[in-house]
Amino acid sequence: MSEAPKVPAAPPADDESQGVSRRSFLHTAGCAAVAAALTGCGHLSTEEFLQRNFRELDKKELGEIIARLEKEYTAKFHKKVTVAATPPMPGVVFGYALDLSRCIGCRRCVYACVKENNQSRIPQIQWIRVLQMDKEEGVSLLHADPYYDPPLVPQEGHFYMPVQCHQCKNPPCVKVCPVKATWQEPDGITVVDYNWCIGCRYCMAACPYGARRFNWGEPHLPPEEINPVTEYLGNRPRPKGVVEKCTFCIQRTRKGRYPACVEICPTGSRKFGNLLDPGSEIRYVIENKRVFLFKEELNTQPKFFYFYGV
Amino acid sequence: METIRNFRRFCLDSLRLVVVGNRAYYGWVAFLLALMGLGIVAYLGQFQDGLIHTNMRDQVSWGFYIGNFTFLVGLAAAAIMLVIPAYVYEWKPIKEIAILGELLAISALVMCLGFVLVDIGRPDRFWHIMPLVGLLNFPSSLLAWDVIALNSYLLLNYVVATYLLYCAYTDRHYVKGFVYPLVFLSIPMAVSIHTVTAYLYNGLGARPYWNSAILAPRFLASAFCSGPAILLILLQILRKTTRLEIKDEAIFKIAELMAYTMGFNLFLTAAEAFKEFYTNSQDVVFIRYLYLGLRGHYTLVPFAWASVLCGLVAFLLFLVPKTRKNWVTLNIGCVLIYASVYIEKGMGLIIPGLTPDTLGEIYTYRPSLTEVGVASGIFALGFLVFTLMLKVAVPVMLGDFTMAGRPARSAAAA
Repeated sequence: MSEAPKVPAAPPADDESQGVSRRSFLHTAGCAAVAAALTGCGHLSTEEFLQRNFRELDKKELGEIIARLEKEYTAKFHKKVTVAATPPMPGVVFGYALDLSRCIGCRRCVYACVKENNQSRIPQIQWIRVLQMDKEEGVSLLHADPYYDPPLVPQEGHFYMPVQCHQCKNPPCVKVCPVKATWQEPDGITVVDYNWCIGCRYCMAACPYGARRFNWGEPHLPPEEINPVTEYLGNRPRPKGVVEKCTFCIQRTRKGRYPACVEICPTGSRKFGNLLDPGSEIRYVIENKRVFLFKEELNTQPKFFYFYGV
Repeated sequence: METIRNFRRFCLDSLRLVVVGNRAYYGWVAFLLALMGLGIVAYLGQFQDGLIHTNMRDQVSWGFYIGNFTFLVGLAAAAIMLVIPAYVYEWKPIKEIAILGELLAISALVMCLGFVLVDIGRPDRFWHIMPLVGLLNFPSSLLAWDVIALNSYLLLNYVVATYLLYCAYTDRHYVKGFVYPLVFLSIPMAVSIHTVTAYLYNGLGARPYWNSAILAPRFLASAFCSGPAILLILLQILRKTTRLEIKDEAIFKIAELMAYTMGFNLFLTAAEAFKEFYTNSQDVVFIRYLYLGLRGHYTLVPFAWASVLCGLVAFLLFLVPKTRKNWVTLNIGCVLIYASVYIEKGMGLIIPGLTPDTLGEIYTYRPSLTEVGVASGIFALGFLVFTLMLKVAVPVMLGDFTMAGRPARSAAAA
C-alpha cells in the first residue's frame, strides 16, 4: 500500500462542529430566506402540515404529494426535478463490502455522495466519514482522526476506514424512533420519511456508527449543483429540522445501478451487490475474504462488511 | 348542574385571586414574565433558522435542553416523598402539606414538556407524537413510553390537586374512595416516569456510559434527594410569608428521609465509578471524560467534582442530627444537594453519554446563549405556574378561600 502512488486528498468537513461560522451562516441563511420567500416554500402549507406517514398513504395521496414536491423543487431549483417512489426489487437484499487494505483515504466517495444525494452544502452535511487510523493500533476509535488533511494520501503509517450507514438487519435507530418515521425496507435499506420525522434525534443517540445526520439549519443547495433525479425516501432535497442518512443510493440501486461511492472509488475498494444472489461479487467477498463487522458485539447485524483484500 | 356551577365559580374566584396581590407578588410575577419574554425571543430565532442556533451538533446531538428535561423529571417524581408518609403512613404533619408536592410535580412536568418541545427540530409536527392523533411507535420506542407516562402523571396530579382544592373551597370533605386510589396510583406512576426516562438512555448499546443496569436506580435515588430539597426551602418560605403552619417535625422528617436517599445516591455513584475505572475497558473513556478529562479536554471535570463534593457535604450535613436540625446548615445542605443533582442528572449525564461520539471524536459542547435564554424562559414558565397555583392553594389550605366567604380578604394575605 505504501508503494502505491499518492493522490491528492479532498478536504475534511469544515471544522469540528461540521457546521459553519455564525456570520457565514447568517449570510447564507439570509439568501435562503429570500429564496424561500420567492418560491413560497418558506411557510407551511395545510397539506404539508396534515400529511400522513409515507407508509399510510394510498397511491392517490402519494401521487398528489409527489406532484406537489416536484412542483416545489422545480420552482426552487429552476430546473425539472423528479421525485420517484420506486419500490424494492423482489428477491434482493443489498449488501456492501469495503476493502480496508485498498482504501487510500482520498474522500472521493464522500464528495460523490454529497453530489449524488443532494446533501446541504451550507451547513455542510456528509453521509460518509473517513477515519484515518494508525497502523500500529489497528481499528481503534481511540486513535481515529476524521479531520486528517495532508496534501497527499495515503500517509505513511496510516490506514483509512470510511464509515457510513451499515444498513443493520437489527437497526437500533428504527427501534427507538417514537413516530415510525424511519424503517427498514424489504431490500434491507433503512430509510427516513423526511416529511414525518419530528427531529427528536433519538435515532442519532441510538446509532453506533454515527451514520445519521441532522439538518441543524436550513439546508442550502445551489440550484446548479442539484441532482434532479430524486427518490422520495432517498435523495430529494430535505427540509430543516429532520434527520437524514445513507440509503445505498436507493435512487440508483433500485434501478440496477451501483451507489455513487462504489462508482467513484479509484481503488476499487468498494463492493456492492445482492446478498441473496450466490453469484454476486458481494457474496464472493464474504465467502472468500477475511471480513469483519464493525462493533459486532452490539448485535446490530450490519449488511456492511469490512475486509482485507490483499 | 350544581357541581358544574360551583366549579365554574371556583375557577373564576381562583382567577380573581391570582390577579390581585401585594407589590412583592407583582414584582415576582413581572420578573418571571420578563424572563419568559426573553425565552420567547431566544426561541423565535431558533424557530426561524433551526437548531443551528444551539451548540448541539451531530457529535453531541442532545445537550442543555434534554439535560434539564431529565433533571426535572426527577423533580416531578419527588412529589411522592410527601405522598408516601402522608397517605400510606397517615402522618398528619406531612399530610397537611402533601398537596404542595403535587403542585411542584405539575410545574416540573410543564417544564419537562417545554424542554422536549423546544428540543425537537420540527415543532410543527408535534402532533405526530401524540397518542391516537399521530403515529406512536409503541411499545418499541421508549420515547413513546415516556410521552404516555409523563402525560398520565401530569393528568393524575392535576386531577387530584384540583379536586382536593375544590373540595376545600366548597367546604366539603373529599371522597376518600376517589382520592385514595388515585394517590396510591401516583406512587408507582412517579417511579415509572423516572424509570422510563432512565430506560430511554439505558437501552442504547451505542452509548456504553448509559448502558448500565443501575442507571434507573440512580435516577430514583438522585430524584429523592433534589426534589425534597426544593420542597424544604419552599416550606420554610411559605411559613415565613403566609400564615400557613408547617411543623418543624414535618421538615425534619423529610430531611431524615433525604439523608438515606443521599447516602444511597452516593453509594450508587461510587459503584458505577468502581466498575468503570477498575475494569478499565475501552468504555472507560466516557467516565474519564467526565471526571478526569480525555486527550486534553477537561470541560466537564470541575463540574463533575463539584457535584461529588456538594453531594458528599450535603450528605454529612443531613446525616448528623445536629446539623440536620439547624436551619442554617439544613438550608446549606439543601442548596448543595440540589446543585449536585442538577449537575449530575443534567449535563453530567447527557454530555459524557455522547462524548466521545460513536466514532471516537470529542466535540466540546457548551450551551449557546440561545439555549440558556430558552431554558430560562421555560424555568420561568414553571415557576409562574407554581406561583399561580400556590396563590390559590395557600388561602384554600388556610381556609380563607371558600365559596361561603368569597375571597376578597384572603387576597392580601397571600
